[in-house]
Amino acid sequence: MNLDSKIPEGPLSEKWSSHKFNMKLVNPSNRRKYSVIVVGSGLAGGSAAASLAEQGYNVSCFCYQDSPRRAHSIAAQGGINASKNYQNDGDSVYRLFYDTVKGGDYRAREANVYRLSEVSSDIIDQCAANGVPFAREYGGLLANRSFGGAQVSRTFYARGQTGQQLLLGAYSALSKQIGLGKVKMFNRHEMLDLVKVDGHAKGIIVRNMATGELTRHASDAVVLATGGYGNVFFLSTNAQGCNVTAAYRAHKRGAGMANPCYTQIHPTCIPVHGDKQSKLTLMSESLRNDGRIWTPKDAEVAAKIRKGETDPNSVAEDDRDYFLERKYPSFGNLAPRDISSRAAKEACDEGRGVASTGLGVFLDFRDAIKRDGQNTIKERYGNLFDMYQCITGDNPYETPMMIFPAVHYTMGGLWVDYNLESTIPGMFVGGEANFSDHGANRLGASALMQGLSDGYFVLPYTVGNYLGKQGVADAGKVTTEHPAFAEAEANVKARTDKLLSIGGTESPRSFHKRLGHIIWEQCGMARSKEGLEGAIKDLQALRKEFWTNLRVVGDADGINPELERAGRVADFIEFGELMCRDALMREESCGGHFRVEHQTEDGEALRDDENFAFAGVWEYKGDDIEPQLHKESLIYENVELATRSYK
Amino acid sequence: MEKTMDLTLKVWRQKSANSTGTFETYGVKDVSEGSSFLEMLDTLSEDLVEKGKEPVAFDHDCREGICGSCSMTINGIPHGPEKATTACQLHMRHFHDGQTITIEPWRAKPFPVIKDLVVDRSPFDRIIQSGGFITSRAGSAVDANAIPISKATADYAMDAAACIGCGACVAACPNASAMLFTGAKVSHMNSLPQGKAEKDRRTLAMVATMDGEGFGGCTNVGECEAACPKSISLDMIAHLNRDYATAQIKNFFKPVA
Ligand SMILES: Cc1cc2nc3c(=O)[nH]c(=O)nc-3n(C[C@H](O)[C@H](O)[C@H](O)COP(=O)(O)OP(=O)(O)OC[C@H]3O[C@@H](n4cnc5c(N)ncnc54)[C@H](O)[C@@H]3O)c2cc1C
Ligand code: SF4
Ligand code: FES
Repeated sequence: MNLDSKIPEGPLSEKWSSHKFNMKLVNPSNRRKYSVIVVGSGLAGGSAAASLAEQGYNVSCFCYQDSPRRAHSIAAQGGINASKNYQNDGDSVYRLFYDTVKGGDYRAREANVYRLSEVSSDIIDQCAANGVPFAREYGGLLANRSFGGAQVSRTFYARGQTGQQLLLGAYSALSKQIGLGKVKMFNRHEMLDLVKVDGHAKGIIVRNMATGELTRHASDAVVLATGGYGNVFFLSTNAQGCNVTAAYRAHKRGAGMANPCYTQIHPTCIPVHGDKQSKLTLMSESLRNDGRIWTPKDAEVAAKIRKGETDPNSVAEDDRDYFLERKYPSFGNLAPRDISSRAAKEACDEGRGVASTGLGVFLDFRDAIKRDGQNTIKERYGNLFDMYQCITGDNPYETPMMIFPAVHYTMGGLWVDYNLESTIPGMFVGGEANFSDHGANRLGASALMQGLSDGYFVLPYTVGNYLGKQGVADAGKVTTEHPAFAEAEANVKARTDKLLSIGGTESPRSFHKRLGHIIWEQCGMARSKEGLEGAIKDLQALRKEFWTNLRVVGDADGINPELERAGRVADFIEFGELMCRDALMREESCGGHFRVEHQTEDGEALRDDENFAFAGVWEYKGDDIEPQLHKESLIYENVELATRSYK
Repeated sequence: MEKTMDLTLKVWRQKSANSTGTFETYGVKDVSEGSSFLEMLDTLSEDLVEKGKEPVAFDHDCREGICGSCSMTINGIPHGPEKATTACQLHMRHFHDGQTITIEPWRAKPFPVIKDLVVDRSPFDRIIQSGGFITSRAGSAVDANAIPISKATADYAMDAAACIGCGACVAACPNASAMLFTGAKVSHMNSLPQGKAEKDRRTLAMVATMDGEGFGGCTNVGECEAACPKSISLDMIAHLNRDYATAQIKNFFKPVA
C-alpha cells in the first residue's frame, strides 16, 4: 500500500500556494468532457459537487435522504472556526494551525492542518456571500464566540443552527447547478459498492431506495463525502442513517482505513433514559461557558439524588465536587472534550453519577443566573434550554441540567494524501469520512470548517489535477458496459439476496444494539488490552450469528427500512472489529483514544511519541484474514511535540 | 420509575405509490413517557418484525428537529399536537394511557405517497433550484466584513432561514399552498444585501415553479403558521407578495433577463 502523503516541498506557509501553481489545469472547454461522481451532499459533498459543477465538470451527486438539504451536517449547532482575527485578540493562521495540531494530540499531518487554517477565512467570506445569516453585532460586523477550549474568539455562528445555515448555503449553490443541469442529483440512493477499472476508481453501484433498483454509474473520478461512522456505537448523536457502508465498501476494494479507533466522545449530551432509546441528543458545548459541572462528593448523596429523595439544589456548596474546575484550574469547565468526558466517566465510575441510570453529571446554571440574571441566560441559551425541557421534561432554569458523554464524531476514516486522494487512484475523500486533519481529537467548530475547506477549496483543485493528468483523451472512456460494473453489481445483488434469505429470528436493530454495547464498553472512553481482545472475539461471534440468524422482513423492491439497516449493520460489525484492532495496536493514549495501561499517575493520557507518531492505516485482506497494518510517519517540522496540559 | 402507557395506533399503510392505502390498527404496550414519538414507532416496528410483518415506513434522520425528514400527521395535525415541535421531538408524555392515535402521511396533491407515511417532497427542491440561491462562485467572495449587515436584518434573515423544508405547511393548508415555505426562502435571501442583485429574478422564478408544481394559492387561512415546527411567521408570505408585486411591475416595464 502506497502511503506517499505527497506533501509539497517548501515552507509550511507556501506549500498550498505553490502546490496550486504546480497542479495541472484542465482547459475550460475540456472540462465538460469529464464526469465526476460525488457521494454525499453534506458540507463536504454539497460544496464539492457545486464547485466542481461551477468549474464546468459534469457531476452526479448522491445522498440517501430525500433531499440533499437533509444531510447530517444540518444538525451541527455550535459554530465554525476561522482565523479571521476580527476580534483582534491575537488569532492568526498559525495559531489556529497550532491549536488544531495540539488539540489533535499531535497525531495529525502538519501540512494539511496548515492549509485548513489558511483557507478558513475564505470559507467565511464564501458563506457570507451566498447568504448564510451569521450572527452580527449591532455595528453590522460579524459576531464571534470562544468555543470548545479555545482561548481566542474565532467561532462564527448562526444562532444555535450553524450547521443548518452552512448546509443550506451549500445546498443552494448545489441547487443552482442542479437547475442548470450541471449536477444530476440522486436522492434516496445508497452507494453499495465502488467500481475499479485498471486500479482506478471509475464508478459506483447504488440502490434506489424508493424503487429497489440497482444502477451503475461511471465517471472519471469519484469523491466520497459520506460522513462519519459514529453509529457503530448504536447510540450516538449522529442521524439515524449515518453509516460506514460507502467508506467500508471502498476499503474492501483497496482503500486504506486510517486510525479507526480515534472517536470523539462529546461531554455534553442528554443522558440515556431507557432501553428503547434510538439516539442521543447533544447539548451545545457553548453551555459550558456559563454552566458549572459537578457531582456530589459523596456517593451516598448521589444515590439519594438518583432515587429522587434529595433535590440537587439542596446539596450544600461544600458537598459538591466541581471536578473540572478542581482538576483543570486554568481551563475549568472549558477543558477539551476528551478530557472533560473522561472526567465525567470517572466521577460516575466512583458511584457519584446522577440521572436514573447513574450515568450523568450536573451542568448547573444556578450561579450564572445569580450573576447575570435569568434574562441574560435566556438570551444566550434560550433555545437550548427549551430543547432540554422538551426532551427531558425538566426546567433547567430551576433544576440543574444533567449531561453525560456520548459518541459524536469520528476522527478516523479513509486515508488520504495531501490531495485528499485515497490509496485508490481517482477516489478522493472529503469531510468526516476522511482521516486527515484532526489527529486523535477534534476541536469544537472545526469539522464544519474542514468539510467546507475540502469541498469549496481543496477538492475542486485536486480532482481537476487528477483529471488533467489522466488526459482528455481518456475522459468518459470507461462506461458501465465494462465487466467490472457487472461484477460489482452482481456482488451487491448477491449480498442483498443473502440478507433477505437468512430467515432467522433476530432483527437488524437488535444486532445493532448488541454491536453498540460491545463497542461502547470495550472501545469507548477507556480501552484495555484484555477488553479489546475480548471484543474482537465477541464481534466475530456476533458476525457469525448475524449471518445465520438475521431476520429481514419485506423485499428488495422498494422502501425497506429493515433491509437498509441490515446492510449498514453488517458493515458496522466488520468495521467495529477493525476499530478494536486499531485500538489494540495503539499502545498509548492520545486524544480520544485512552488505553488504561497508558496513563500518568494522576490519570492523564500518556502518549508515546517515540513509537506511535504515525497514522495507522489498515489494508483489507479478506473476510477472515487479519488486515495488514501500514504506517505513515508523522513528521513535525514546525510544532514541537509537548504534553498537552490544560491544568 | 418512568410512567408507561398502552396505546392504540391507527396507521396509514400503503404498499406503493400506485396502490390504494388503508388504515390498520395496532396496539403498542409499555411505551415510556420519556421516549419520543418515533421511538414509540420503533417499538411498533420491532413488534411487527417479530411477527414477520413489514414495519411502517416513515422518513426520519436527525431526530433532533432540524433535518426536516420526519413528516407525519398525528391526530389530524402535521407533526402532532405540540406547538413548534417536529414529530421526532414530540415526546410521549404528551399522550396518555389508553389513547388512540391516528397517524397518516402528509395529504397534499403535490406530495404523492410513496409508501406508508413516506411522501415525495421533491417539488420543494425544484422550487429552490429555480431561484433559491445567491450566486457566488467559490473563490470570488469579498471579505465577509466588507458588507456590514445590521443585526436586525441578520436576525430577520435568520428567522426566515430557520425553515427546515418539512412540508407541514403544505399538509396543513386546505389549498396545499407552499407560500410559507417559498416565502421563507425568498424573505431570507431578498432581505440580505448579498441577495439583492437577483431579487426580482429569484422571486418570479420561484413563484412560477411553485405554481407549476401544482401547489394551491394562499387564501390567508393561517393553518401553515400554526403547524410550522419552526414558527415561521405569516409575515414571510406578506414579504413574498410584496416582492412579487414589485418584481412584476418592474418586469412589465423591463423584462428581467
Ligand atoms: C449533533 C452534532 C452537532 C455538531 N456540531 C458541530 C459544530 O458545532 N461545529 C462543527 O464544526 N462540527 C459539528 N459537528 C460535526 C459536523 O457536523 C460533521 O462532522 C460534519 O457536518 C460532517 O459533514 P460531512 O459533509 O462530512 O458529512 P455529512 O453531513 O454527514 O453528509 C454525509 C452525506 O453522505 C451521504 N451518504 C452517506 N452514506 C451514503 C451512502 N452509503 N450512499 C449515498 N450517500 C451516502 C448522506 O446522504 C449525506 O448527504 C456536529 C455533529 C453532530 C452530530
Ligand atoms: S415553513 Fe415551516 S412547515 Fe413549512 S416547510 Fe418550512 S419549517 Fe416546514
Ligand atoms: S427527523 Fe430530522 S426533523 Fe425530525
